[in-house]
Amino acid sequence: MKIGLFIPCFMNELYPEASMATLRVLENLGLDVEYPMNQTCCGQPMANSGCYHKAKELAKRFLKIFKDYDYIVAPSGSCVAMVRVNYAQFLEGEEGFEQIKNNTYELVEFLHDVIKPTTMSVSFPYRVGIHNSCHGHRELGMASMSERNLPEFSKIKKILSLVNDIEFVTLRRNDECCGFGGIFSVTEEAVSVAMGIDRVNDHLNAKAEVITGIDMSCLMHMQGIIDRQKLPIKTMHIAQILAGDYDGTL
Amino acid sequence: MGHSEKASKFVANSERMHWHDKALWFVREKRDLAAHQLDEWEELRRVASEIKSHTMDRLDYYLEEFEKNAKQKGLHIHWARDAREHNEIVLNLLLAHGAKRVVKSKSMLTEECHLNPFLEKNNIEIVDTDLGERIVQLRREAPSHIVLPAIHLKKEEVGKTFEEFLNTQKDNCDPTYLTREARKHLREKFLTADASITGVNFAIAQTGGVVVCTNEGNADIGTSLPKLHIASMGIEKIIPRLEDLSIFTRLLARSATGQPITTYTSHFHAPIEGGELHIIIVDNGRSDILSNSDFKESLHCIRCGACLNTCPVYRRSGGYSYGYIIPGPIGSTLGASRDLQANKTLPFACTLCASCSNVCPSKIGLHNQLYKHRQNVVKAGLLGAKKRAILKVTAWVMKHPLLFDFMGLVVRKIVPILPRSIVYSKANVWGRNRELPKFPKKSFKELYKERIK
Repeated sequence: MKIGLFIPCFMNELYPEASMATLRVLENLGLDVEYPMNQTCCGQPMANSGCYHKAKELAKRFLKIFKDYDYIVAPSGSCVAMVRVNYAQFLEGEEGFEQIKNNTYELVEFLHDVIKPTTMSVSFPYRVGIHNSCHGHRELGMASMSERNLPEFSKIKKILSLVNDIEFVTLRRNDECCGFGGIFSVTEEAVSVAMGIDRVNDHLNAKAEVITGIDMSCLMHMQGIIDRQKLPIKTMHIAQILAGDYDGTL
Repeated sequence: MGHSEKASKFVANSERMHWHDKALWFVREKRDLAAHQLDEWEELRRVASEIKSHTMDRLDYYLEEFEKNAKQKGLHIHWARDAREHNEIVLNLLLAHGAKRVVKSKSMLTEECHLNPFLEKNNIEIVDTDLGERIVQLRREAPSHIVLPAIHLKKEEVGKTFEEFLNTQKDNCDPTYLTREARKHLREKFLTADASITGVNFAIAQTGGVVVCTNEGNADIGTSLPKLHIASMGIEKIIPRLEDLSIFTRLLARSATGQPITTYTSHFHAPIEGGELHIIIVDNGRSDILSNSDFKESLHCIRCGACLNTCPVYRRSGGYSYGYIIPGPIGSTLGASRDLQANKTLPFACTLCASCSNVCPSKIGLHNQLYKHRQNVVKAGLLGAKKRAILKVTAWVMKHPLLFDFMGLVVRKIVPILPRSIVYSKANVWGRNRELPKFPKKSFKELYKERIK
């Protein structure tokens, strides 16, 4: 089984540690992982801005780079949703599209659905709030959503529960959007920030020490608010918890 | 002014914004409780969506069947191509009956047609009888929500409005007191009205009658006294059979307010004794939406308002930030379908969180529609030149991995050594209220290369 590691463009530049943690989580499980060097961006920023042609060009590029891997794994629910849900409009009928559509996974989802580990020999002795980022939550189905009347589950919580000493907090709004929303974070700055503040406060009020999640973009937005307001909480990508990056101090 | 500018004004008053957010979240939670009490909830949504799809695909047939059956029951049917035709039909009916005062229960369609100002211009007094609608009518405002028209107002503001128009006690904003005063005021209007106007929640093709759902009973008393009842409906209000109705009534009230059913669910299948019942069937742009496969599902809407209550943007930006008759996710897609130029910012007033699509009782893919509308905004050349240029350059860079690496490197080297006043200059919108991430020395790709060496 050959896994193609898909690292979101902004994570490659801004979050090398979380990206490296993703690679290590997979390697620690004895998996054969390769990072295709010429990957850049999946095209989501263009697609979400309505730039159909630009998004299509990048989707085609992504297809060419990744189509020969058995699995494609990324530390982002949002970028994976772009491939699995939104690429159809650009790539339907192209050779290899079904392959990438069916085999692209978000990291936690890949562990949960494909690898199914039963233990993780890492510890994280903190109170953790899970941020259910929207695209992973509602497009990929990472967890049951509050809107629907379906059996409750959470792939994220299930995988995190394998981590030793971890404690979860209960939020008042379990799956409300943090307000990042890609270009929304800038074009609708006021609402975006207001949503982010409300989300961070929900975690603070629940006495979380760490906000974790599968999308660095949401965490970057919330961390930006935390840093500006000097709040006593921090964000950490889930891969860093699963890789055991915790060094004893937060 | 686009959505973003108007929204930032609403957000600026943090106390009021949070009050608005909490009030609507409370309604959303009531809805969740009601929805989660029905094991068959998702099945109901599926069936509702299928009934709507089926009906929209055969709308011509069902509309004609409705007309035929309604006429057999002695109802009068009128067809209006647009708002102007609708308003003229209403006016002519009122004039023919010598009506000077009209009571009207809630109808988003008459808002869409701007019926009130039209009738006022023609010297007819029109009184909205839904309490929330009456409040905003007295204040000369539009509804800010389709189910809770005065949700943007606090009780103190309602008290002031009543002081001015209903001569209530000074500074008395006790809700029970104000409601009783409103009831007294409206009772006089009901007793002296010459005609009534209602909206329509459902029109049943099989029976040729219409159903109106209210909580205040204002549609019932309004239509019981005057001899003329005019009911206005969009062409999409049709359902095929009487037995389909319960699917929608079960979904409607639960989705709207968390009630099992609206307090009044009134069937109008005949005029009152010695009276006339006229139904105006209005297109006003709906056929155009119906003919567009990307957006036709938006005609499945039963106007429950659940997508507004759940929308994290609507709750924090208020109904008026949208600048369209219907706010929130459903209003953003309908507004963009109707006039893309005027409503070009609405598809972007959304984080694509998809909560709306999952809360919608008739399963409209609302966030997908807004995503598609964005493509149309670009296609129509309505995206700002600056945004277009940035996206174009970014896409070009992303096609050249070496260039992308180089630019990333330059930014990561330069930004950390620049003075804060430059990094956080006015142009940095992100940095107004948020710090930028800490720029690392090496990218993941650089670290990866070092590792495999």
